[in-house]
Amino acid sequence: MQSILRNTRAALAYLGTNPKMVAGMAILAVLLLIGIIGPLFVDIRLAEPISVRTNQPPSAEHWLGTDSGGRDLLAVVIAGTPQTLRMGVLAGVIGTTIGVMLGLFSGYFGGWWDRIIGAVTDTMLTIPPLAILLVVASSVRAVNVEMMALIIAALSWMHATRVIRAQVLALRELGYVQMARLSGLGSFSIIFREIFPNVIPIAFASLVGATSGAILSGMGLEVLGLGPQNTPTLGMTVYWALLYAAFSRGMWWWWSPPVIILALLFIALFLIASALDDFANPRLRSQS
Amino acid sequence: MTWGYVFRRLAMFFAVVLAATTVNFIVPRLAPGDPTAAVLEQLLSRGQQVEGAQDIVANYRARFGLDDPMLVQYGRYLFNSLRLDLGSSISYFPQSVTSAILAALPWTIALLSVSTVIAFGLGSLIGALLAWPGSPRAVHRLAPFLMVLSAIPYYLLALIVLYLLAIWTGWFPLGGAYSVFPNGFSLPVLWDLAYHAFLPALSIVLAGLGFWALGMRGAMINVLGEDYLALAEAKGLKKRRIFFKYAMRNALLPQVTALAIALGTAASGSVLVEVAFNYPGIGYLLYNALRSSDYFLIQGVAFFLVITVAFAVLVLDLLYPLLDPRIQRL
Repeated sequence: MQSILRNTRAALAYLGTNPKMVAGMAILAVLLLIGIIGPLFVDIRLAEPISVRTNQPPSAEHWLGTDSGGRDLLAVVIAGTPQTLRMGVLAGVIGTTIGVMLGLFSGYFGGWWDRIIGAVTDTMLTIPPLAILLVVASSVRAVNVEMMALIIAALSWMHATRVIRAQVLALRELGYVQMARLSGLGSFSIIFREIFPNVIPIAFASLVGATSGAILSGMGLEVLGLGPQNTPTLGMTVYWALLYAAFSRGMWWWWSPPVIILALLFIALFLIASALDDFANPRLRSQS
Repeated sequence: MTWGYVFRRLAMFFAVVLAATTVNFIVPRLAPGDPTAAVLEQLLSRGQQVEGAQDIVANYRARFGLDDPMLVQYGRYLFNSLRLDLGSSISYFPQSVTSAILAALPWTIALLSVSTVIAFGLGSLIGALLAWPGSPRAVHRLAPFLMVLSAIPYYLLALIVLYLLAIWTGWFPLGGAYSVFPNGFSLPVLWDLAYHAFLPALSIVLAGLGFWALGMRGAMINVLGEDYLALAEAKGLKKRRIFFKYAMRNALLPQVTALAIALGTAASGSVLVEVAFNYPGIGYLLYNALRSSDYFLIQGVAFFLVITVAFAVLVLDLLYPLLDPRIQRL
C-alpha cells in the first residue's frame, strides 16, 4: 500500500513537469469549465429547437449565433460539451476495466484462456468499430447518452487487454512474483497485490486512449444522425449543420464551434495519453 | 511460412466474417417488432407508393422464413450472407443491396488505399527522419505539429479542409467525385477524378501522417540502439545506406503490423470523410441508407466494411513472413 502511495507521488511529480501533461490538462480544464460555469451565465434551455430566431449570425444577444432549427449555439456548446465528455469517460472506464481484467488474467494464467482471449482480441481489433455500432444504433432507434456509452464500451476493451497482457507476461517472470508464488500466495492476491500496481500507469494511458476512442466512435454515430435525438450533443450539431447545408450557406458559426471544441478535446486527450506513455516507458522520455 | 500460420490466419478471417454475420442476424431480432413489420411500417410511414412493395415484403417473408426455428433461420442467413445475397435495397430499388454496394465500393477502395499508402509512406519517412540524429533541424520542428495533426480525427480535418480549400478559397470542388460521370479513361477524365479526390484524400493523408510518423519514430529509436548499426557505422558505410537499408528497413516491420490494426479505424474514418465530401463510395451510400431507414443496406454496408478490412488484414498478414523471415521459425 505504501509503495502505491510513493509511486503515485513520483508519478505526479513527474507528470507535473511534463509539458504535454500540463497543456493537455489545461485544455481539458477549460472544456470542463465551459460545462460547469456556462449554465450560470447562459440559459441552456435555449439549446432546445425553436427557442430563438433562426439563422442569426453571432451578435451581442447570441454570441455564437443561432441555427436553422432555432437553437442558440452558445447554449448548445455549453450543454453539449459535458454530454460528450460524460459519454466518453463512461465508455472509457467500463471498456478499460474489462480490458485490464482480461489482460491480467490472460497474461498471468496463460494456456488455453490466453489463446482464446488473444484470438478474440486480435479478431475484434480488425473489425471497424463503426460497422458494429451502425447495426446496433440503427436497430435500437432511441439511444440516450448512457446506452451509447455502454454499446461503445463493448467495443473498446481490446487495446487495454493487449498492452496489459504483454506487460504481465514480462512481470510474471520477475523474481519477486516468483517469490510470492513460492511463499504460497494465491493467484488472485499475486495478480492484484503484486502485479496490478505495476501496470497502473499503462492502465491509465489505456483509459485515456479508450476515452478518446469512445468519443471518436460516438462522434461517428452522431454525425451520421444516429446519436441521442433529445440531448444536444456536439456531433449531432455537426450533423444538423451538414444536413441543412450550413457550409454552402456560409453559416460558419453553426458548424465551427462544435468542430473546434471536439478537435481541442481530442488534442487534450492525446497530449495526456502521450505524457502517460512517457511516464510508463522511460525510454521515450529522453527523446521527446 | 508454415501451413499452420496460414491456417490460423484463414480461420481468423472466417471468424471475423462469422462475427459480422452474427451481429447482423441477432441485433435486429433483439430490437422490438419483427423485420417484416418494420419494413411495412417504414414503407407506410414514408407515405409514398413504392413500386413492388408487396414483392419486397413477400421476398423478405420467404427469406426470413419467420416460422422456422431460430437455428434454421440463422443457418439460412449465414448461407445467404456468404453468397453475398443480402436482400434488396429500399432506397435504391430495384437494385439489390449487393449490387448497390459493389457499385460504390471501388470509389472507397481507391480513395482509401491510395491515401493510406501515401500517409503510410510519407509518415514513416518523416518519422524515421525525426529519430535520425543527422537529419536537418527543420524536420525536428515538425514533431509537435505532427502530434497535433495525429490527434484530430479524419472527419473533423475533412470539415476544416473543406472549409479552407473549397469554400473560403474556392480552389477545389465542394464535393462529388467527377463533373460528368466518366465513361472511359482519358487524360481530362483522370484529371477531373484526381481534382475531385484531392480534398478527401488530403484529409485522410493529413490525419494519418502524424500517426505513422510517431509510430515510426518510436520503432526507429529502438533500432538505432542495436549493435548492427554501430557495426555498420564502424565499417564506414555511407550514412544514406545505413539510414535506408539498415535502420529504416527494420523499423518498418512494426509499422506493417500497426497498419493491419489501424485499417479498421482508417476505414471507419474514410467512410465519414466520404459523407463530408459527398464522395460516392460506401460512406455516402450508407448516409443515404440511414436517411431513408434502409436497414438491409445499412447492414450490408457494415458487412462489406468488415469483410473488406478483414480481407486486407489477411493479405497483409500472409505477406508479412516474406518481409520478416524470423516469423517462419515461430
